[in-house]
Amino acid sequence: MGILEVRDVGKRFGGLQALSDVNLSIAENSVHAIIGPNGAGKSTLLNCLVGKLIPDTGSVSFEGQSVLGRKPHEINQMGISRVFQTPEIFGDLTVMENMMIPCLARRDGSFSLHGYRSLMADREIVDRAEHMLEDMNMSNKREMHAASMSRGDKRRLEIGMCLAQEPRLLLLDEPTAGMARADTNNTIDLLKEIKAKRNITIAIIEHDMHVVFSLAERITVLAQGKPLVEDTPENIKGHPKVREAYLGESSGH
Amino acid sequence: MTDQTQQTATVTQPRPRTRSSGGILGLTKKDFGLLVLVAILTIFAPVILNPFPAGSAMAQFNAGYPDLMQRFVIFGIFAIGFNILFGLTGYLSFGHAAFLGVGSYAGIWSMKLLTLNVIPAILVSVIVAGLFSLIVGFISLRRSGIYFSILTLAFAMMSYALAYSVLTPITGGETGLQLRASDPRIFGGELMPGMTPRATLFGMQMQDSTDLRFGAWTFTLNTGYYIAGIVLLVAFYLSIRIFRSPFGMMLRAVKSNQNRLNYTGLSPKPYTLAAFVISGMYAGLAGGLLVAMDTQVGAERMFWTASGEVVLMTILGGAGTLIGPILGAGFIKYFENIVSTINKSTLESWFAFMPDGLQDAFVAVIYPFVGKGWHLTLGLLFMLVVIFLPGGLVQGGSKLATVFRRDRKGGGVEDDAAAQRQAREE
Amino acid sequence: MDAIILQILNGLDKGSAYALIALGLTLIFGTLGVVNFAHGALFMLGAFCAVTFSSLLSFGFVPEDAGSTSVGGFSFGALQRETPYVVHWFGENAGNAIIDWAVPLSILFAIPVMIAIGVIMERGLIKHFYKRPHADQILVTFGLAIVLQEVIKYFYGANPIPTPAPDAFVGSFDFGAMLGFDPGSIVYPYWRLVYFFFAAIIIAAVFAFLQFTTFGMVVRAGMADRETVTLLGIDIDKRFTIMFGLAAAVAGLAGVMYTPINSPNYHMGMDFLVLSFVVVVVGGMGSLPGAVLAGFLLGIIEAFASMTEVLDVLPGINQIVIYLVAIIVLLTRPRGLMGRKGVMEE
Repeated sequence: MGILEVRDVGKRFGGLQALSDVNLSIAENSVHAIIGPNGAGKSTLLNCLVGKLIPDTGSVSFEGQSVLGRKPHEINQMGISRVFQTPEIFGDLTVMENMMIPCLARRDGSFSLHGYRSLMADREIVDRAEHMLEDMNMSNKREMHAASMSRGDKRRLEIGMCLAQEPRLLLLDEPTAGMARADTNNTIDLLKEIKAKRNITIAIIEHDMHVVFSLAERITVLAQGKPLVEDTPENIKGHPKVREAYLGESSGH
Repeated sequence: MTDQTQQTATVTQPRPRTRSSGGILGLTKKDFGLLVLVAILTIFAPVILNPFPAGSAMAQFNAGYPDLMQRFVIFGIFAIGFNILFGLTGYLSFGHAAFLGVGSYAGIWSMKLLTLNVIPAILVSVIVAGLFSLIVGFISLRRSGIYFSILTLAFAMMSYALAYSVLTPITGGETGLQLRASDPRIFGGELMPGMTPRATLFGMQMQDSTDLRFGAWTFTLNTGYYIAGIVLLVAFYLSIRIFRSPFGMMLRAVKSNQNRLNYTGLSPKPYTLAAFVISGMYAGLAGGLLVAMDTQVGAERMFWTASGEVVLMTILGGAGTLIGPILGAGFIKYFENIVSTINKSTLESWFAFMPDGLQDAFVAVIYPFVGKGWHLTLGLLFMLVVIFLPGGLVQGGSKLATVFRRDRKGGGVEDDAAAQRQAREE
Repeated sequence: MDAIILQILNGLDKGSAYALIALGLTLIFGTLGVVNFAHGALFMLGAFCAVTFSSLLSFGFVPEDAGSTSVGGFSFGALQRETPYVVHWFGENAGNAIIDWAVPLSILFAIPVMIAIGVIMERGLIKHFYKRPHADQILVTFGLAIVLQEVIKYFYGANPIPTPAPDAFVGSFDFGAMLGFDPGSIVYPYWRLVYFFFAAIIIAAVFAFLQFTTFGMVVRAGMADRETVTLLGIDIDKRFTIMFGLAAAVAGLAGVMYTPINSPNYHMGMDFLVLSFVVVVVGGMGSLPGAVLAGFLLGIIEAFASMTEVLDVLPGINQIVIYLVAIIVLLTRPRGLMGRKGVMEE
């Protein structure tokens, strides 16, 4: 029984069957990659996991509890955090404030009306946020406006914000898309470091094979809305079906 | 570019930990300074606003009379509250005058039925406006952006139309409501027929004033003004607390990125609703104070132009800043009352030193913008601020300050803004 | 039955004005992505085009040879009728007919004036606000609306200026007799009929323009996906400027023809603006057919709510019905009646 169980999930948009009969089990404390050519349904699947889309059929359960019908913020409170393709951070706020928000969310739940307490006098939150920034190697940027940072730093901050909530499952949606090689490698190192230090399950959707093969312990290949194979990176590399799915796709262009 | 390296150095230096928890009244030094500044301005307003001797040509510009000063303070409160919604969350309500109006009606009924004491009246105003804004907010906040603006506008216009027509038994329709000696007051209703009921606070009457004379200068100290001033200080203090609280930060997060907020396990809805209700209560407070000061109310204070005015105050002063809304409210009310009283003969007397032709030309050019034409000035001002100073007067002030400081120190600026800009350029 | 027809007719003329203003608002919003709070002011400027044109037409001179009595060098105006230049030039009959038809003729005057105003507005102000938040757009156009209405107030005064329809259209049309009801049961002023048909023609013209011309096609493509159109090497900005001029002209014409129904005053723009925005939102932000449909629909609903039978049951409903409908529509159909996905949804 994995930490995340996807059973017979199907999703249709008008005439397009985006997902059909997707079965997926992500084992606890593993790094699981989901790859596939464009239009394979990776993003649709991810959106079904976090509550942005509701699948037409099948079930998704996290630690034995169904996530279907819950709103994104409720699913997040269950212990699933998501990193977006383009970093989603609070651009108008400082880096420190960005980090304090998930710390508050973790401690106080989805809503709290602390309108009178001083934020900076809340030692527990301040210390925790500072600790997380140190972890992310961003302490020197704490007073910067988040929007003014480089893309790599934004990504680092976003990942840090997700970790500050201490999720059991971290979902990454093409975390290195549009990044320079150096930034990509930094991100890979960061994720490796996170995996080494924490008890966390990571699911990663990725295009870049370099990233996938440097990180993943298991890989699921999606093609045309269906899982094609699931195996270890070594076996996937030479798998004929995978080559077909990718090469077929590329020769078709 | 030696100053550049200097600046970079200040950025990378570990910053001193400025969170000595508590401070004075739980505020940081800077915020406390701001509060003291507002307190001083409020206390000495009757003097500051009357800089010209009575009877002099410039007495035209004196604003230190009770009625106007009360308005400065009351609309300051209104704008502070509006800023908590618009400045922090970015939700632009075009219907906040409705809450002010509802607060006013509730307040005057409290004075008609309960007692002439202003404290119950103001409390009733705040509570009723709060409940009303809870309903309106709950429905309007189901949408965002322009849809939210239109929904709030629709609610305000409905309130206005109803107050004028069907609800006449409660609102007095076109004539509005005034206090009367015949009102069935439960406490302290023993007014003689013919006596005018006046709002009081434990025996002090709101209209009571003391004139201080210094030579040619006259300063009027008014009870109602100082009571409203105390309320303003409390309201301002609370708004600072909200701005600096976790709740305030969440509101700014709502404005910045709702998507990330959702995926951080937080639902924006209760935060925006809470902000909406708080700002509605501020509006109710302002409405209650208005009736406490002049004991009358009419539906026109709920018209959508009144809602537009508070938006203007907030923007003009600087949305999202602490002191901006107070400055904006003061500025606009000053304009409304002073510029609109300038007439042709005033202008002629100002330019009397000029040769005749030139005098006429100047008067002709300026005349459309003053007196009855003050709305024109207001509209132009509005446009100029939005075009050139989207951050309002506060931003303009800090820009000026930066320029001056740079001149003096020869470039070695250490303030946050410059450091950030530097960091952004790297 | 006759009462229902009467109310529908009553709703049509106000609905026409709503539809025309909402159409222009939607054109501007759909093409430029700008929320234009000055659009009501354009409607008002159109109405004052008619006022200006009428007074220009009746502008005259006092013929020197007229047998006037002067007492001590002062002449009495009453005895000394001014002769409008138009009458002088075109002769008694033609000249007076021109003056009588001032309002419809103002259209010719208003079109170039309104297009010019629209283009100047877009190039001078709105252009700089494409990238700014919607709140800023609302605020700057709101400021502009105040300025425009105050300028008009300065030059034309605060009182409504009666601007009559041509004599031929004074009077009412008896629909009742025509449809076989009691004569006089459905009476409808001629000019309101004219206004309705005029609005229908303008709306049809705008749709035809967008549908059948290359220009319109590009604009529609730009409404759907501005970036791609720009990438195709088409100068979309120029076309959008023209679109703004066109929308201004539509609002202006709506104002010109409305003058005989309601004497124009300086704040008529604001009165219509608030309702027109509600109309746009009900119709669906960015949907042209939605704007037209909602305009007529709300006009008619408002007329029905004003019936005494309805008011007896629900007093005051006529004042709030439009807002009430707007609230219900927005809550049940978030995108309005015919709105597209993803418009103005942050």
